Amino acid sequence: MTLTTCLLLAIALFCTGLYGLLTRRHAIAMLLSIELMANAANLSFASMAYFRGGGGQTFVLFALAITVAEVAVGLALILLMYRRYGDTVLDLASEAQR
Amino acid sequence: MSETVGFWLVALATLAAGIQVVRGQNLIRAVLWLALSLLGTAVLYAMLQAPFLAGVQVLTYIGGVVTLLVFGVMVTGRHQGGPIVADSIEPVRGLLVAGGLFVLLAGATLTSDLGVANAPRVPTTAQLGASLLVEHLVAFELLSVLLLAAIVGAVVIARRADPDPATRREPGALAALRTRASRP
Repeated sequence: MTLTTCLLLAIALFCTGLYGLLTRRHAIAMLLSIELMANAANLSFASMAYFRGGGGQTFVLFALAITVAEVAVGLALILLMYRRYGDTVLDLASEAQR
Repeated sequence: MSETVGFWLVALATLAAGIQVVRGQNLIRAVLWLALSLLGTAVLYAMLQAPFLAGVQVLTYIGGVVTLLVFGVMVTGRHQGGPIVADSIEPVRGLLVAGGLFVLLAGATLTSDLGVANAPRVPTTAQLGASLLVEHLVAFELLSVLLLAAIVGAVVIARRADPDPATRREPGALAALRTRASRP
């Protein structure tokens, strides 16, 4: 367990989330991918704090709270979209809008 | 030695669960794979001597966010007994972009000088609390305002129902009011 392996794992997780964000069509699945990316960023901060010191852990705590707020608002928006357009697949929802 | 083996096991499990999140066809299973990936990250936090972060990760992410997401899937899906399908489009394009970014970032990480490996000075939970409530007090209070705004905003957004085009009211709102008024 070195800093390089930890950072590589975080990068791999981030790119997995990016792939999901680019390829998914379902709004909640995209939200899941964003969670994965935020989690990867937190992991890189925590590993930096362990191997090099500094205030990384405090930053991770702030980032966690912001992610939770983001999920709450995002899910509320998805719920509203479902009520209005009857679907949570983004393409279909934008079709229904026209 | 055992630490290295444990790290690689947890790392592979976390990554595999993450890949399942973006590849699976069943949305509920994707949420549960995400829970596993987040749990793997919590274990990694514990291995990086951040036990408080690991606890917070389990409490807020797996206890809160994953539950919220499961409810979100349940509320917004059309349930006919089958699984809720989450399909993917253009996997080649996505793979190209994500893989390209991975190569770029991994190359930068491997070639750059990451500094001297000095003795790690990991904060204890008490020091972490002091840093949160003394050093970063303004940010902490701003964060509480942000959380309050997010909660109120989420409730306001989610409460708004689609108005009935004839009456400009929420569908069923009038009927519900009449039923409630006629009740003794």
